[in-house]
Amino acid sequence: MTQQGGPVLEVAGVTKEFSLRQTVGERLSRSEPTVHRAVDDVSFTLQPGEILGLAGGSGSGKTTLARCLIRLVEPDTGTVRLGGADMLAASGAELRELRRRMQMVFQDPYASLNPRMTVGQAILEAGRVHRRPGSEDGERFVAGVLERVHLSPSFADRRPRDLSGGQRQRVAVARALAVDPEVLIADEAVSALDVSVQAQLLKLFVDLRDQLGVAIIFVAHQLAVIAEVADRVAVMHEGRIVELGETATVFGAPRDAYTKALLAAHPRPNPRTKQEVRT
Amino acid sequence: MSTTVGPLLSIADVSIAFGNEHEPLCAVRSVSLEVEAGEVVGLVGESGSGKSLTCRSVMRLVAQPGRVSNGSIQFDGRDVLAMSPAELRAFRAGDVGMIYQDPFSSLNPVYRIGDQLVETLRANRGLRKAEARSEAAMLLERVGIPDPQRRLLSYPHELSGGMRQRVMIALATASRPRLLIADEPTTALDVTTQAQILELLLEMREQLGMAILLVSHDFGVIAQVCDRVAVMYGGHIVETGAVGAIYDNPQHPYTRALLESVPELEAAGRDRSEQPRPGIPGRPPELGEELPGCVFAPRCGYARPTCREVPMTLVPVGPAQASACPVQPFRQQEARA
Amino acid sequence: MNAVAMPAAAEGVRRRRRLSLRGQPKSVLVGGAIVAVLVLAAVLAPLIAPYGQNELDFAQQLAAPSASHLFGTDDAGRDVFTRTLYGLRVDLAIVLFVTYVSLPLGVVAGAMAGYHGGWVDAAVSRITDVMVSFPFIVLVIAIVAIVGPGTKGVLIGVPIAGWALYARLARSEMLVLREQPFMLATTALGYTQRRAIFRHAIPNLIRSSLIYSTVDLVVNLMLLASLSYLGLGAQPPNAELGSVIAQGQSTLLNAWWVATLPGLVLVLFGVGVGLIGDGLSDGRLRGGRA
Repeated sequence: MTQQGGPVLEVAGVTKEFSLRQTVGERLSRSEPTVHRAVDDVSFTLQPGEILGLAGGSGSGKTTLARCLIRLVEPDTGTVRLGGADMLAASGAELRELRRRMQMVFQDPYASLNPRMTVGQAILEAGRVHRRPGSEDGERFVAGVLERVHLSPSFADRRPRDLSGGQRQRVAVARALAVDPEVLIADEAVSALDVSVQAQLLKLFVDLRDQLGVAIIFVAHQLAVIAEVADRVAVMHEGRIVELGETATVFGAPRDAYTKALLAAHPRPNPRTKQEVRT
Repeated sequence: MSTTVGPLLSIADVSIAFGNEHEPLCAVRSVSLEVEAGEVVGLVGESGSGKSLTCRSVMRLVAQPGRVSNGSIQFDGRDVLAMSPAELRAFRAGDVGMIYQDPFSSLNPVYRIGDQLVETLRANRGLRKAEARSEAAMLLERVGIPDPQRRLLSYPHELSGGMRQRVMIALATASRPRLLIADEPTTALDVTTQAQILELLLEMREQLGMAILLVSHDFGVIAQVCDRVAVMYGGHIVETGAVGAIYDNPQHPYTRALLESVPELEAAGRDRSEQPRPGIPGRPPELGEELPGCVFAPRCGYARPTCREVPMTLVPVGPAQASACPVQPFRQQEARA
Repeated sequence: MNAVAMPAAAEGVRRRRRLSLRGQPKSVLVGGAIVAVLVLAAVLAPLIAPYGQNELDFAQQLAAPSASHLFGTDDAGRDVFTRTLYGLRVDLAIVLFVTYVSLPLGVVAGAMAGYHGGWVDAAVSRITDVMVSFPFIVLVIAIVAIVGPGTKGVLIGVPIAGWALYARLARSEMLVLREQPFMLATTALGYTQRRAIFRHAIPNLIRSSLIYSTVDLVVNLMLLASLSYLGLGAQPPNAELGSVIAQGQSTLLNAWWVATLPGLVLVLFGVGVGLIGDGLSDGRLRGGRA
């Protein structure tokens, strides 16, 4: 799976701007549209089997960046190379194949599965569309994929509405794994879950990395969640990566002012370690 | 001022049920909780634990078809459940304030901030328009909103989430209530803003001498601001005590599992193979599911066969700490588990 | 370790959704019963009609409703009940056809417009705008002028214009659906756009169009009846509700039944379909997200 030790994903200079909607007055006066730079010249690499945390507050651009990588949002400039292949130049079948290799799990467990499909149908569809080995035998294929996320084969007949939030998220992960990706992007994938379920999902992501060697980009606004799983962390603020490094180093000795503020404000469960307030 | 000696708020044996008379689906079961004047009490639990319902019942805001089916709620010696509509209005307007998770939907998007504040002040305190306006500006200033005169003219969408929550706090504390109920007030906010809002709540407590009942799913938030905490699971309070004591020495297996599940910054760089957070296997009980004995027993690593038989009651386990675990002290079982 | 999540196997209460009469709102049941009776009567008209639809009986002109003539007779002595049954038969066939040809056309066009955005959306939206604002009846009359009088004008004219409202509805639903994570996931999973639209989006947005179609059915039925009333729809002597009512109009004062009773059948059908639509949209509200 590894390509001679090179990075599985190389991102360089990715920028995405949105122009804000103009009011009638602004249009009449022909003023330049206000541009919001959601992602501003972002570069990083991801090694095979690495978990990279992507942290930042709301509006920091982390979700937009994640979506740029698989072109759910088209970046304005920059390059995204997946195993050497140019993601941004691809189109048609080639793009669909590249997207297969880089999968995404979304935040809202209640909306990330098609309510009209059973768990088995959703997983099998993904496998068959990309002609994954083993997908001819539907039942076994689904059972095998479900096992990877520690769900029993009996889940295949269920519909999303019959599942808890944590189970839905497992199914969403299973569906992504059904197409054998090299990179998994988890976009706030555990943020909506209760902590007891969250802990199980976090462990699942680490297990998947260990067992399947899949590299994971773990987007989260909670720094502690990233601390639990990530090898390296990139902190985003106003569209830029303001700090990038080993998780222990960044969280232990942050250099950037914004990273420091985020860490200081994090609510500690120990009542004697008080958070700091910066205004 | 309070004339009675005793807690400001006393929730006693309250159950909240959905469904009909014949088939009541209990969401909250025999919950008892007291809040002293000026105290900050946390209510922590996961989704479906009944924490939000419990705090809503204090203002009689449990939505149909839910209803308080049992128990009593006393505020400063007055029976909240027996109040007439007029008394209830006065109670909500003057004695308690409430803020919610989503500060955007709690403000009407088509009116200016100032108009909403003025309207509330005129309705609740009978102020004249000019008085209400200057009072509104004062309130915004009190919650740390810069340039309040100008902000009064803003619409809700022109404010950030943190600013909107400040406005909500200004509204809720306008009549100097003696109790503020905060239902997940910072869940929709960034951590930096969250810290500011929590700080503001504590300042307001100091300034107005009010008590706060804070509901949160995040033990971190509770730990930062609360004096005491009650842990809810499956409609029951399973443990209650001082925040420090609960953190150091949880006396209920659920509390312990919950605390162990909370992700921590200190985990950065730790070897993943050692000390993984196990989470809690299984699922919480569904609405109306009747479990004999301890509600947590089916998921509990310390459960004994007898746990399914004994009723759940909070038993004192230390100075100002009580646990509903029938196996006391449960940790002696640790070797077996 | 599987130990963490294996209890999941025993988790959750298994609930299956099946299409059954039980659990449907009462209005759906009542409406369904009304419509079923009317449709059945229309389908079985040749079997249950007591007389021939054009059978004249000059001895029984303008006879009041009685056991032998349930709805009475018209000025040529024809049995109004028979003519109502045959009229309903013609009307239902035409109306069901035009409505359920318009619906899929509109839904697909609207779904494509909403999904792709850009010029596809602009093109579809402008055409629907024109169609919606164009006076419908003038369009049908123009077509009648070309193809000659008869039901052909309706069969061609209604689908040409009728898809536009479904397209609007489907487009607006698609704009919301498109941003749903499960639709984003179809792109992320490398599915083709055709699969995303037809297999994932349309099954989730068609319900509102189906609900609207119950209103549309009634509107189209009224349109057909009024065209016949104007002499532009079904041609005599064959029965069609509109023309039956039109003929009864001249004798309304001395033989009220000729126009009124077929009219009531029309109303009954409208009420039945309306009840179904109502019940379905209620169910949608309740089913909401859970």
